[in-house]
Amino acid sequence: MKILVGLKRVVDYTVRVQVKPDGSGVAIDGVKMSINPFDEIALEEALRLRDAGKATEVVVVSIGQQSSMQQIDSGLAMGANRGILVKTDKAIQPLTAARIFAKLVEKERPGLVILGKQAIDDDANQTAQMLAALIDRPQATFASKVEIDGNLARVTREVDVGLETLEVELPAVISVDLRLNTPRFIKLPDIMKAKSKPRETLELASLGVESGDHLTVTHYAPPAKRQKGVMVKDVPELIAALKAKGLL
Amino acid sequence: MSRILIIAEHLNGQLNQSTAKCVSCASKISGASIDIVVLAAQPAPIAAQAASIAGVTRVRTIANPANEHAIAAVYAPQVCAIAGEYTHVFGPSTTFGKDLMPRIAALLGASQLSDVMAVDDAHSFKRPIYAGNAIITVKAPTDQLVVATVRTASFPAAGAGGSANIEAAQVDVQLPTHTRYVHLQQGGGDRPDLQTARFVVSGGRALGSADAFKLIYDLGDKLKAGVGASRAAVDSGYAPNDMQVGQTGKIIAPELYVAIGISGAIQHLTGIKDAGTIVAINKDAEAPIFEVADIGLVGDLFKLVPELMRAL
Repeated sequence: MKILVGLKRVVDYTVRVQVKPDGSGVAIDGVKMSINPFDEIALEEALRLRDAGKATEVVVVSIGQQSSMQQIDSGLAMGANRGILVKTDKAIQPLTAARIFAKLVEKERPGLVILGKQAIDDDANQTAQMLAALIDRPQATFASKVEIDGNLARVTREVDVGLETLEVELPAVISVDLRLNTPRFIKLPDIMKAKSKPRETLELASLGVESGDHLTVTHYAPPAKRQKGVMVKDVPELIAALKAKGLL
Repeated sequence: MSRILIIAEHLNGQLNQSTAKCVSCASKISGASIDIVVLAAQPAPIAAQAASIAGVTRVRTIANPANEHAIAAVYAPQVCAIAGEYTHVFGPSTTFGKDLMPRIAALLGASQLSDVMAVDDAHSFKRPIYAGNAIITVKAPTDQLVVATVRTASFPAAGAGGSANIEAAQVDVQLPTHTRYVHLQQGGGDRPDLQTARFVVSGGRALGSADAFKLIYDLGDKLKAGVGASRAAVDSGYAPNDMQVGQTGKIIAPELYVAIGISGAIQHLTGIKDAGTIVAINKDAEAPIFEVADIGLVGDLFKLVPELMRAL
């Protein structure tokens, strides 16, 4: 079985993103870029499934400019077998990303597609579900545990009321949550070893994907600031302050 | 005129309050008619609750044994079968809605707006990105169906007092059998639900152990509060995942939020910024939580929390 994993290049989670003063966007020139943390978890899960003999090949996919090849490099250094960069200069939206993945699924015939549940830049949380819809296959979102048994995957999902378990037939799409695993660190020899792994670049235009970028961002604004509050010196003052607000 | 369809969220015959919050969001679109669709094995009791929400025009039911559990791959084609009658399809930005709505959007060839926090007009909405570090205004095309999830913390639940008609919708679509429900392990117990509780008490990494986290439950019980946790506390195993508050957990808006031993990473703050009053107790006076707290108290939580409980 082949597993397809998506790796999105995003602003590193440690960067505090600021809105440009003219409201035209966010100031991210020159900031540190990384693999979306959820996607790293997705890749780690795919690698563990391969190492456990449940899969034979892990293919990492990124969509973006040539710079996204860095994320493919990291994915190959983590242990993926090969990488595909779908090249485009345009920032694409989730529906387009899902359509691109659907094309790649047609081409690669994976048994599983594992994606992060959301990217920490647009926080959309859509691509995996959209892909599953487009290829008419099961989705198991927000996974905290994945077990493969023959043609079935048993997936535990983090839902608002607790943990839900689904059984899905393969091929299927899984989106992963934070507690599925802890991704491995890349060691220097792994980077060297990854240099010879196959990397393929596909021009988005050559895939014949209909654009799903229907939304237009017209303005960016910083979030409303909360008023700075008061400091109290002890518990009786805290109680008094809560009473003054009518909360006790 | 806008015709809005809202997908009801429910569990064990009870309508989730997120549905009334979606109604509240939809009612910000002027002149809109608002329908709710209830997919269930036995929708009648849930439909009755939905019909009593003020501002709802019509409740439609889709009864099918396959709708016993909310499986996105099963629900989505049924919603799509009636979506053509509408200009907007809304669902809550809970795990239920986040799972289902993109599947609906993709089947309809529509884009989705996630986490709508404000409505400018029928095709212009505000939503957060970068963990709430930026708020964007997004325009959806006027010649396409708008699919959106509603950030429930941004809207009050619409009131009761409605008396919408309840009608069975006839949908004739083939449903997949490739996805099967196995079981649901519910957490939480008898405590108030985090997303609807008036008060919420949360604990962070400073608790140091699952045993010590009991202190947070005790204070929560004393205040009749829901109990939450920071990602650090959940990752460390002090509290289960369904208690996580923040960017990738639950977004909440209680009247009172008490953060104990939580430093206040931006990912956590984004989950509480709509709280009425934020109280922070932390031993580090420089912790970012104090930047947003309405009332701050610096000190040792293991001394202050028991003292607070005695004083309540």
